[in-house]
This record gives sequence, C-alpha cells and structure tokens, in this order.
Amino acid sequence: MIEGFVALYIFMLAAFTGYEVISKVPVILHTPLMSGSNFVHGIVLVGTMVALGHAATPLEQAVGFIAVILAAGNAVGGYVVTERMLEMFKTSNKGGQ
Amino acid sequence: MDLLMTVINVAYFVAAILFIVGLKQMSSPTTARRGIIWAGIGMVLATVVTFAHPELKGTVNYLLIVLGIAIGGGVAWWSGRRVAMTDMPQMIALYNGMGGGAAAGIGAIYLLQADPETSSDVILAIAVLGSLIGSVAFSGSMVAFAKLQGLMNTTVHFPGQQWLNLVLFAVTVLLGASLALSGGDVNGGVLLVFFVLALAFGVLMTLPIGGADMPVVISLYNALTGLAVGFKGLVLDNPALMIAGIVVGAAGTLLTQLMAKAMNRKISNVLFKQFGGSSGGDAESVTGSLKPIEASDAGIMMAFANKVIIVPGYGMAVAQAQHKIWELTQLLIQRDVAVKFAIHPVAGRMPGHMNVLLAEAGVPYDIIYDLDEINNEFKTADVAIVIGANDVVNPVARTDPDSPIYGMPILNADQAKNVIVIKRGQGAGFSGIENHLFYADNTRMLYGDGQKAASGLIAAIKEIG
Repeated sequence: MIEGFVALYIFMLAAFTGYEVISKVPVILHTPLMSGSNFVHGIVLVGTMVALGHAATPLEQAVGFIAVILAAGNAVGGYVVTERMLEMFKTSNKGGQ
Repeated sequence: MDLLMTVINVAYFVAAILFIVGLKQMSSPTTARRGIIWAGIGMVLATVVTFAHPELKGTVNYLLIVLGIAIGGGVAWWSGRRVAMTDMPQMIALYNGMGGGAAAGIGAIYLLQADPETSSDVILAIAVLGSLIGSVAFSGSMVAFAKLQGLMNTTVHFPGQQWLNLVLFAVTVLLGASLALSGGDVNGGVLLVFFVLALAFGVLMTLPIGGADMPVVISLYNALTGLAVGFKGLVLDNPALMIAGIVVGAAGTLLTQLMAKAMNRKISNVLFKQFGGSSGGDAESVTGSLKPIEASDAGIMMAFANKVIIVPGYGMAVAQAQHKIWELTQLLIQRDVAVKFAIHPVAGRMPGHMNVLLAEAGVPYDIIYDLDEINNEFKTADVAIVIGANDVVNPVARTDPDSPIYGMPILNADQAKNVIVIKRGQGAGFSGIENHLFYADNTRMLYGDGQKAASGLIAAIKEIG
C-alpha cells in the first residue's frame, strides 16, 4: 500500500512536523514533554497487536505476547505519568485553566 | 480497499492528527493538560479499531492480545499512579525502554516470518534497522532506569571500553546486514545472536555514563524508540505507526539537543567522554568566613523586603521542603512582597523536573522563571534564598577558569542585596567544589534540614503578624 517514495515523503514531512511542533517549548515543560512524546510512541501497541495477530508458531506467539505487554506498558505508563505531571501546572489566578 | 480497511485507516488518520495537535499543545503550559488528553483519545481510538484489523487471526492470538494489554497496561497504570514525582526521570526511562523492546519484538516476528517468495530487500533492511535501534533503546533505557533508581550505583569504566563498544557495534551491524541481504531466508541462529549483541551494545554503551548526564541519554533513547517505531510502521504498512514514530523521533532529537544545551553539555561528550575525575585539589582558596543566621532574623529580613527570589535545588526536594516553601511564599505574598522562583536547568534531575516538583506543591507556574528570564533581576532583589542548591549559584563558574564548573551558566544569586543559604551542614557541593557564594559578605547561612528551616522562617514571619 505505502510504496517507496510515498513512504519517504511521509517520513520527511513527519520529521519536519515533529521538529516544528516543539521548537518553542520552554524549559519548564521539558520533563512533561519528554514523557508526553514517550507516550505517543506507545502507538507501537497497534503494531504489536497486528504482529501477534498473525503469529503462526508458538515462538512467534511468545515474542508477540511479550511485545504486546511491553507496548501496553509504554502507552499506559506514559499516559498516566504525563497526565499526573501536567494536571499540577496551575496559574496564580485561581480556577483559571 | 474494502469498507473495513477504510474505517480503520480513517481512525489511524484521526489518531495521527490528535497526536500532532496534542504534542503541539503540550509545548505550552496553558494547554498542556488538554494536549495529553487529546493524544490519549487518539491512542484509544487507534487501539480499539485495530481489534477489527483483518490481519488479526485466531482465537488464541486474540486472547493473548487482550491478556497482554491487561497485564502490561495494568502494571504500568499501578506503577504510574504510585511513583513519586522525584522518581519521574527513571519511570520515563522504564516506559520508554518498554516501547523500544516492543518495536524490537515486532522486528523479530517479521524476520521469523520472512519468506524468500514475498520479502523485499528494502523492507528486510528496515526491519533489521528498526530492531537494532529498538533493542539498544530497550536495554540502554533499562540500565538508565537501574542507575537512577539506585539499583546500580557504579559507573563502569575499563581500558579499551570505547574500542570494545565499537567492535561490538560493528559485529552487530554486520550480522544485521547479513540478515537484511538474506533475501528472506533468515537463519534463526544468526537472528538470535543479532538480538543478543544489540541488547548487549545498549547496556555497554550506557554503563559508563554518569547519573548527572542520564536525562540527556534518556531523551536520546526516547527519540531512538520513536525512530524504531516509525520503521516498524513501514514494515507493517501502518501509517499511524510511521507518522507517530517519526514525529516523536524528530521531536525527541530536538528535545535532546535543547536539554543538553540547558545543561551546558555536548551530546557527543555525554556519550563518548567521561565527565569529572579531573578536578584536582588545587581549588582557589576561599577568603572570608561562613556567617550563620537564626531563622527568626532571616524571617524578619524577608518579611520587610520588597522583592524575594527563591533559588531551589534538588536538595529541597530530597528534604521534601517544597510544601513549606510554598506556605512561606504565600505568607510573603500576603505581605505584598514580590516573590519569584529562579530555576536553573539542572535544578532537578532533568530540565523541567524542578518545575514539576514545585507544581506538585501548588506553586503556580507564572511565578517560576528560567535562568535567562530572571538572571538580571537578582540585582534588584532584597533577599535571595538558596535552598538545597549549591553548584548552580557558585560564582567561580564565572570567575575561575581552573574550576571544573567554569563556563557553566549560573544563577546570579550573589548579586542580591542579601543572600540566605539554607543548608544542612558545611560540606561542599555535588561536584566537591567550595562555593564562594557562601563566604561572601552579603551571605548568611541558615543551617538545618530544609523543612525545619522553612518552618522556622514561617513561624518568624507569623510572629510579626
């Protein structure tokens, strides 16, 4: 479906997007942002589901099963800690978001 | 393309947009919370539709997927809710490593299933590359986690270490190349050795790196995992993985550079040179004496000041004094004292970590300032309070070219009219360098545990009424 040059274009544009999107981040958000981007690559979960989904031998199933556990840990853990950190950032004007 | 695949692809497309918009929002404090929630919605959407993916076959596989998500997600949820804010850096390393391991696992399955009839050389090569990067990110992150968690205290150095790493890397790449050029006829033994060596390389590469440099390394592995995930997206023909992975790879690379810059370190030095060990005992002798002050006097000094700048360091978080400091700040604000927090990039255990710790105590982010924003304001401050910080306010970084910390940007606390240093005892800092600020004429030392000292200041100010 995704052929050679199309893949290359997707890679290039995604790389520029990633660079551009966080280029103005203040130091105060470095830790939460690292955690947040760590969560986003938790999308690997979808890949492990597909890989385990067409596993045919017990070895492939074992590897796939471990991969799904790891990927779910990445996604869920990344979300929980990022959300916990960002939830605490407040301004002085009370109640204001 | 049938209807089912169209629906799945639309969902992936929406998820990719949510990730990018979410990351964008996470780079500003006012919208950051919304950003992670949007990204979370994207993740749930992508995961749910994948259950309907036509390539998922067999009841056993479905059960394993559900079970795996329940185990991995459950444990991560539990650990993520419990972890203390001070331990955040190593948890990020741990979750990141898991992602890298998952990417390597996808690669392993793809290579195991490779078939000379259908495999393309390019895709095989990308699968091998993604597996290599994912494996290194996995084992490297685990070492980073172990070090920061205090499970592994030694920084391992031995002669010829760089050469061993180089040889190991070269052999791993050669094995990888043989797998990529096998035309799909993958030898199981070679595959196993390839993964073992890739994992070993990640461990050996991370072992010599000291704890202070770990944030940069964790950030680098975060970017590498993103890259590995992007490559796996190409292997699996999955655009959601490709876009999210590469976006994180690029954002993570930039973030690594920003962090290294904030910490005044070069990425190449972090990875390939050993820090410290160079400081001889020839430190410039200090003139002046340490002048102690009582909490009651320090409290009065602050209560009648116009402007107070608080300089917190990691020592404050270790003493769990941030809640008391916020209470103190509120008292001062009630008395119309202008209070600001000055944060050095390495005040916490990684750039931005101190902001998280202060946020946890309830300090609003708009009275917290970065080094660049506040350094010129110390001149106009009546009192600068230094709590649990040492090297980041040491003026020798500006004045003494022989000092190991020479050239590091510091907070100009010494320029305030009065400086109060809250400190447990009279020892030198993390780097073992005498702090000339402590001996300055305008500095007074308030000895004691951070929490007790802050309580003393609070009591003194309350007494004035």
